[in-house]
Amino acid sequence: MLDYGSGNLRSVERALRRVGADIEVTADFHAALECDGLVVPGVGAFAACMEGLTSVRGDRIVGRRLAGGRPVLGICVGMQILFERGVEHGVETEGCAQWPGTVDRLKADVVPHMGWNTVRAPAGSRLFAGLDADTRFYFVHSYAARTWELNPRPPMPEPLVTWATHGEDFVAAAENGPLVAAQFHPEKSGDAGAHLLRNWLGTLD
Amino acid sequence: MAVAVRVIPCLDVDAGRVVKGVNFTDLRDAGDPVELAAAYDAEGADELTFLDVTASSSNRETTYDVVRRTAEQVFIPLTVGGGVREVSDVDTLLRAGADKVSLNTAAVARPELLSECSQRFGAQCVVLSVDARRVPAGSEPTPSGFEVTTHGGRRGTGIDAVAWAARGQQLGVGEILLNSMDADGTKAGFDLELISLVRKEISIPLIASGGAGDVSHFAPAVDAGADAVLAASVFHFGQLRIGEVKDAMRAAGVEVR
Repeated sequence: MLDYGSGNLRSVERALRRVGADIEVTADFHAALECDGLVVPGVGAFAACMEGLTSVRGDRIVGRRLAGGRPVLGICVGMQILFERGVEHGVETEGCAQWPGTVDRLKADVVPHMGWNTVRAPAGSRLFAGLDADTRFYFVHSYAARTWELNPRPPMPEPLVTWATHGEDFVAAAENGPLVAAQFHPEKSGDAGAHLLRNWLGTLD
Repeated sequence: MAVAVRVIPCLDVDAGRVVKGVNFTDLRDAGDPVELAAAYDAEGADELTFLDVTASSSNRETTYDVVRRTAEQVFIPLTVGGGVREVSDVDTLLRAGADKVSLNTAAVARPELLSECSQRFGAQCVVLSVDARRVPAGSEPTPSGFEVTTHGGRRGTGIDAVAWAARGQQLGVGEILLNSMDADGTKAGFDLELISLVRKEISIPLIASGGAGDVSHFAPAVDAGADAVLAASVFHFGQLRIGEVKDAMRAAGVEVR
């Protein structure tokens, strides 16, 4: 797990350890490059997360891992910073740009979107395998990717995009080859979250 | 389907021990907040709240230890409040494993504390706890008729409770915990008028607290505008179980987990 000062680091670490992961929390460039799977957590503001990430060269670590087909899991703001840009309070911040698109404020009567919500996972999802359609996950966020813009041509595999709704539809999770991310908090989603983390660990070799 | 209305049990913790009596069976140590937290999780609680009622600051370390041990074992969100005075207190609680921290008296004394915490840690982990009551006869009235109290409801401040909740939102908090001091302990139901007045003024999540005594009391609080419902003693004494509260809410058409 990449240590760049994110507040939810320890809870993600505990949840992964609970499902049997051998986990190291590190800011070391080479350790983060060479592990079987890299987790990028994140809470708070997009701009602050991006600043923390770049201070440990996290954007380069993610880029190099993906170029080599090595798995990366982004959680919450750790997912948001994978997109091209984030817009908060009218200020635009550049993201890692692994995926095209913008993360901006959710349009809903009550924001933040806080609590347990259902998601719509596509057929073939490995992340949500074995989880019923009415399974709920814990969300807490005010911003989201409200569109999915990466539509590669064959023979590139189609990304598997999972949607949720709060006021409007937004991307709840995405599985795009080695790059996997969730907008909700699996580490705070009880048994459902543990199941999902176990599924992700199962994809690592 | 939409986001589920959260049912949140609140534990009063004093020097690392649960204060109010607990009527759970199958617990080795009913006064241990960690074990009780795990039991509530197993019963379907959507979040947990610890209210630290420890009087002496020398015992704070015990609270941090309880938060740490709970976070090791319970994988649902945990909010901690009580005695939080400074940004550094919030930092310590978040580091110990709290997901959210609620502020009350210290924010009334110095509202900027809310924006400082929100900017540093993010709105998602800052909760403003508002202890509200109807302005007693003979006191200066407020526009809404409700005022903020401090010191566990013993001291009126003359500050309009509805306006204060709205101010909290402006200052960047992510959620309002609204405690009715009039309804608290009555077991006669939530203060629906207070809930709906605050709902009209804020667009962040609203947790209603105070007055729950029967499974039928929860759905009306949601109809009045609550996104989450919190109760303490009725759960501790085993008078109500989380599951039956959710069944009653579901039967009344409320979406629950």
